[in-house]
Amino acid sequence: MEEPVLTTPQPIHDNEKIPSAEIVCEGVTKHFPGGAKPAVDHVSFRVAAGDLVALLGPSGCGKTTLLKMINRLYEPDEGRIWIGKQEIHTLPVNQLRRQIGYAIQQVGLFPHMTIRKNIAVVPRLLGWSREKIEQRSQDLLELVGLPASYLTRYPRQLSGGEQQRIGLARALAADPAILLMDEPFAAVDAINRERLQGELLEIHRKLHKTILFVTHDVEEAFHLADKIIILQAGKLVQHGTPLEIIMQPQNAFVEELTGANNMLRRLSLFTVQSALEARRNSPAQSRPFPEQAVIRPEDDLRSALAQLLESSGDALQVINASEELLGELKFEDLRALLVEGASRNQQPEQDELPHH
Amino acid sequence: MEILQAAFQYFLKNQSAFWHATRQHLVLSSAAMSISLLIGLPVGVWVAHREKIAQTTINIFNVFRVIPSLAVLFLALPYLGLGFTPSLVALSFLAVAPILINTYAGLRGVDRAIIEAASGMGMSASQVLFQIEIPLAAPAIVTGIRIAAVEVISSATLASFIGGGGLGDFITRGFALYDVPIMLVGALPVALLALLSEAFWTLFLRLYRKPGH
Repeated sequence: MEEPVLTTPQPIHDNEKIPSAEIVCEGVTKHFPGGAKPAVDHVSFRVAAGDLVALLGPSGCGKTTLLKMINRLYEPDEGRIWIGKQEIHTLPVNQLRRQIGYAIQQVGLFPHMTIRKNIAVVPRLLGWSREKIEQRSQDLLELVGLPASYLTRYPRQLSGGEQQRIGLARALAADPAILLMDEPFAAVDAINRERLQGELLEIHRKLHKTILFVTHDVEEAFHLADKIIILQAGKLVQHGTPLEIIMQPQNAFVEELTGANNMLRRLSLFTVQSALEARRNSPAQSRPFPEQAVIRPEDDLRSALAQLLESSGDALQVINASEELLGELKFEDLRALLVEGASRNQQPEQDELPHH
Repeated sequence: MEILQAAFQYFLKNQSAFWHATRQHLVLSSAAMSISLLIGLPVGVWVAHREKIAQTTINIFNVFRVIPSLAVLFLALPYLGLGFTPSLVALSFLAVAPILINTYAGLRGVDRAIIEAASGMGMSASQVLFQIEIPLAAPAIVTGIRIAAVEVISSATLASFIGGGGLGDFITRGFALYDVPIMLVGALPVALLALLSEAFWTLFLRLYRKPGH
């Protein structure tokens, strides 16, 4: 199947075509009037051209504020921001914004415009010819996996997931140097979110845009991003690959955010690929663990699995509050429980524990 | 029935006066609507972007609406004299309030996220206003215009009291002569005009609304 031609040089007005660009922030600070502390506090980082980077943190940490300073919806009180070689405050603001794709939570599609007009907003602002906009719109719909017949529809006639796809297509319309996304998938259901995340990765693979996206969803950040920037109360606390962040959390906040003491959570944040890489990079190190770890009968099996993974042995001793040995729990037991338990109607966990 | 027949007889006998009055009524109403649109729309847009002074401005224009139209006419009398001009001024003031308030409310009602998306994509302030805010606020704005138009058409009958002419002349004459049929020759067409205007703007709004809304 032929991929739509999206990265061919297109003279944008009289500007040159914009290649993917790096984003550099230096000492960026933003105070809101009435705020005791700065919303963004001397944040510096560099996002390499073509990287997909997540701005991660709880609500109120300043991540959206930081993002909006990059397209100058907010102006920083201090600090400088470059896109490529250009300090953004040296450009006319609307010229800057037309070079930046912008996709937001709740889609932000214009309800009174057809999909065609929505997608064409930035190309029209840039003065593209009608034929070129039409061709581009059709290519973009194909890219986000929607039929060309959608061009004549209105946003309300589309499902949430479809609207989000149009939001992405619209952000990509003028082939921008970078793409800013503010919680782009927060408003769609879990199944659609997963699908959209996959499509974003696919689009990133095809187009190599520099993408900076804001999220409070730790799994989303780890699933999508090449690099993650973690913000806490306006300050940048850690910037690194997902692996680095899990293996070397900078502080207790990052540890808690990424669930560093939660094995299953951590497992869910790793990809097979990153685990393979980790094994190649660092020789297996054995940590001292007791021969057989101990677990209480009332603990849940998730923590049991975590303990099994952490312990050097292959079984856990089940010991109750009065220090009586109730038996051993092995990987096989968990598997047996999960596989057979499902066909036998669920039974309380403790009944399934083998007694030796 | 007899009254209606009498009214019709009177109409037939005074056709030229009737059409003259109707024309006067329409000219007065449309002129007042045009002036109030010219004031209400820009001021509404202006205050919608300036939250601090919005309430004060709206209150000032609301005062003109709270004062009975007849009182406005008589209050304007010493300054503007009699006839068409003071009637026009009074009616314009009357109509500004609903247009201004609905323009303001309509624009304030546009989702902030949508406006921010538009600015974030590189639309200038005036592009955001004309391509996003006003089209999205249009149903509210048109509703304001519709309300104002009905008020103006019915209140224009009062212009007759200060010599402004219009269909109100038949009503005041009928009132003075204690003649119900003459009164109806003024009242019925005014009611009809108000209904027509109502229907026009409702239809306009229906045609404007697209599946997107």
